[in-house]
Amino acid sequence: MTRPFLEVRDLRVHFPTDDGLVKSVDGLSFTLERGKTLGIVGESGSGKSVTSLSIMGLHPPKSAKISGQVLLDGDDLVAASAEHVRGLRGKRMAMIFQDPLSAMHPFYTVGKQIMEAYRIHNKVSKGVARKHAIDLLDRVGIPQPDSRVDDYPHQFSGGMRQRAMIAMALSCDPDLLIADEPTTALDVTVQAQILDLIRDLQQEFNSAVILITHDLGVVAELADDILVMYAGRSAEYAHAAEIFNAPQHPYTWGLLGSMPRLDRERTERLMPIKGTPPSLINVPSGCPFHPRCAYEALNGGASQKERPEFRDIGGGHYIACHLSTEARQQVWESEIRPNL
Amino acid sequence: MLAYIVRRLGVAIGLLFVISAVAFAIFFYVPRLAGATADDLASRYVGKSAGTEQIHQAAVKLGFTDPVYVQYARFAKGVVMGSDYDTGPSVVHCPAPCLGYSFITQNPVWPDLVAAMPVTLSLALGAAVLWVLGGVATGVLSAIRRGSFFDRAAMGVALTGVSLPIFFTGLLSLSVFSYALHWTAPGGTNPMDAKNPAGWAYALILPWTTLAFLNAAAYARLTRAGMLETMNEDYIRTARAKGLPERTVVIKHGLRASLTPILTIFGLDLGLLLGGAILTESTFSLPGIGRYAVIAINNNDLPKVLGVTIVGAFFIVTASLIVDLLYAVVDPRVRIK
Repeated sequence: MTRPFLEVRDLRVHFPTDDGLVKSVDGLSFTLERGKTLGIVGESGSGKSVTSLSIMGLHPPKSAKISGQVLLDGDDLVAASAEHVRGLRGKRMAMIFQDPLSAMHPFYTVGKQIMEAYRIHNKVSKGVARKHAIDLLDRVGIPQPDSRVDDYPHQFSGGMRQRAMIAMALSCDPDLLIADEPTTALDVTVQAQILDLIRDLQQEFNSAVILITHDLGVVAELADDILVMYAGRSAEYAHAAEIFNAPQHPYTWGLLGSMPRLDRERTERLMPIKGTPPSLINVPSGCPFHPRCAYEALNGGASQKERPEFRDIGGGHYIACHLSTEARQQVWESEIRPNL
Repeated sequence: MLAYIVRRLGVAIGLLFVISAVAFAIFFYVPRLAGATADDLASRYVGKSAGTEQIHQAAVKLGFTDPVYVQYARFAKGVVMGSDYDTGPSVVHCPAPCLGYSFITQNPVWPDLVAAMPVTLSLALGAAVLWVLGGVATGVLSAIRRGSFFDRAAMGVALTGVSLPIFFTGLLSLSVFSYALHWTAPGGTNPMDAKNPAGWAYALILPWTTLAFLNAAAYARLTRAGMLETMNEDYIRTARAKGLPERTVVIKHGLRASLTPILTIFGLDLGLLLGGAILTESTFSLPGIGRYAVIAINNNDLPKVLGVTIVGAFFIVTASLIVDLLYAVVDPRVRIK
C-alpha cells in the first residue's frame, strides 16, 4: 500500500484556558491524495479551522497543545521544528482565508504581497518575481494584470481580492492547498466563479485541496470526499455522493435537513438541528452529539456512556455512531429520506 | 494630490492668522475688557516717575488708544514688512519679520528667538530620536512577549516615566550624573558654545535622555497597544502562512501597520517641543525658546510672550500639516483618488 500524500492521525489540539481545557480537535484522522479534494463540513466551533491551522503549523506554540501526527509526504509536521514547518508553509502547503479584505495587508500593493510570498522561497530578482506575480494574476483571471499588480487591496472588488489571495497561495505551486471558507464573504454570483477557479487550478497543478466550509452546497460542487466534523471529532466520512445520497450519521441528516432547497414547497419549514453546538470544555460524555440526537434512545443508552468508534461500515464509508445498521436503515428510509 | 496640498497649505496659513489674532487679543484686548484703560497699559512702558500726562502721551505713541483691530493690523503689517518703534528718545526700526519690540530689554523679539532656536532645536530633535527609537522598540518587544518579565518590567518603568514630572527626574539625574558622578555637563551649559559635535552632545545628553524618558514611556505604551491589536489581524496570519520568518512578520507587517497613530502623536509632540521645551529648558537652564518665554513672563514682557506664542503656534501648525501629508504616504487608503 502506498503512502498517502497527507495523513492526519489522531490529531488533538487542546487550548488550556482559565475556564478549563478547550478540546477544539480531539482525535481526528483522515487521509488525502494528490489531485483530490476533501471537504470538511461542520457547524461553527466543530474544529474545522483549528484543524487546518494546525496542519499549517499556525497555532502559537505557547497556547496550543498539539498531539498526534500530520504526515505530509511522510514528513511529520507536528514533531518537526517550527523553522522546518515555516520553510514548508507557502512552498509545499498554502492557505486561502475567508475574508480576503482583512487577510491582505492594507499598506502593500497586491503585487508586492504576491512577490513576497514567491521570493521568500525562491531566490529570484524583484523583476522576475514581479513578472511571476503578473502571470499569476492573469492566470486567476484578473483583467489587465500588468497594471492591477500595482493596486492596493482596497482598490480590488471582493471577488478580485479572493482571486489575488488564490494567486498568492499558488505562487510557489504548493502540493497542498487549504481553503478555509473561501467563498463565505463573497457574493453568490462570485462564489461560483471562485469555486470554478479553484477546481481548474487544482487540475492544472494536481494539488491536494482541503475545502473547509459550513456550506454543503460548496462541497457538493467541489469535493471528492467529505468529512463531517462534530465537536472536534469525525462524525462521518465518505465519498461526496455517498454523503448526499446515503448519509448514515444522524448529525449529517440534520445538516442536510437544514439546507434550503429550491425543489421544496416554500411553506415547508426547514428542519434545524435542535440545541446548540456543545461546549468544547465540557464535551458531553459518550457520543458528543447525543444531547441533540433524536435517535439516541434507540440503542439502550450506549450513546451517553461510550464514545462511539469511528469505523468503516463498508466501501470506505466511516461513521462514529452507536446505532445499529438496521436501526439507521429504518430511520433513514422512513423518516429522513422522504423529507429531504 | 497637488490640489489637496495647496488646500491644506491654505488652511494652515489661515489657522496661523487666526491664532495670532487670538493671541494678540488676549494680550492687548482682554485687559481692556477687564477694565484697564489705554493709559493703564501704557504705564508699564514708562518710568516710575512719569506723570499722568506723560503716560497718556506714551499710550498715544504706542497706539493703545487706537481700536484693537487697528493695533492688530499694525502688528500684522510689521510681521510682513517690518515696522518702526518710537522709544521716546529715538525711533528703532524692527525689520521683517517683526514679531514685536521689547521696551524692557529694548530690542526686537525676532532676533532673540532666532538666537534661542538652535538650542531648542538641538534639544527637541535629539530627544525625539531617542524616545522614538527607545519607545517603539520597547513597545514592540513588550507586545510580542506579552506577559513576560520584560513586558511587565518595561510597562512598570513606562508607567513611572509618564507619571514623573521632568523637574523631578531632571533634577534627580542632574544631582546624580552631573554633580555626584561628574559624567555629564552641569546644568546651564550652553550646547551652542561647544566647539565640536562631541561637546554639543556632552552638554545635551542629560536633557535628551530625561526628556526622552518621559516621552518614550508614552510611546512604548502606545506601540505595545497598537502591536497587540495588529498582531491579531488576519493579514498577520496570512504573512505567517506565506512562510515569512517571524521577524519579518513582526516588523514589516505588524509594526508597519501600527506606526500610523504613532506618527500623528509624534508630529504634534515634536511641534509642541519646538515651540519651547519650557520645563526641560528651565530645569537644565538651557537658553532655548522655552526658557526665554519663562523669563519674559516673569518680567511681564508682553511682546516677547506674544512672539513666542506665535512661533510655537507656527511649529504646531506646520507639524500637523506635515503629519497630514505624510499620512497619505504611509497609508495608501488615505490617498485622494
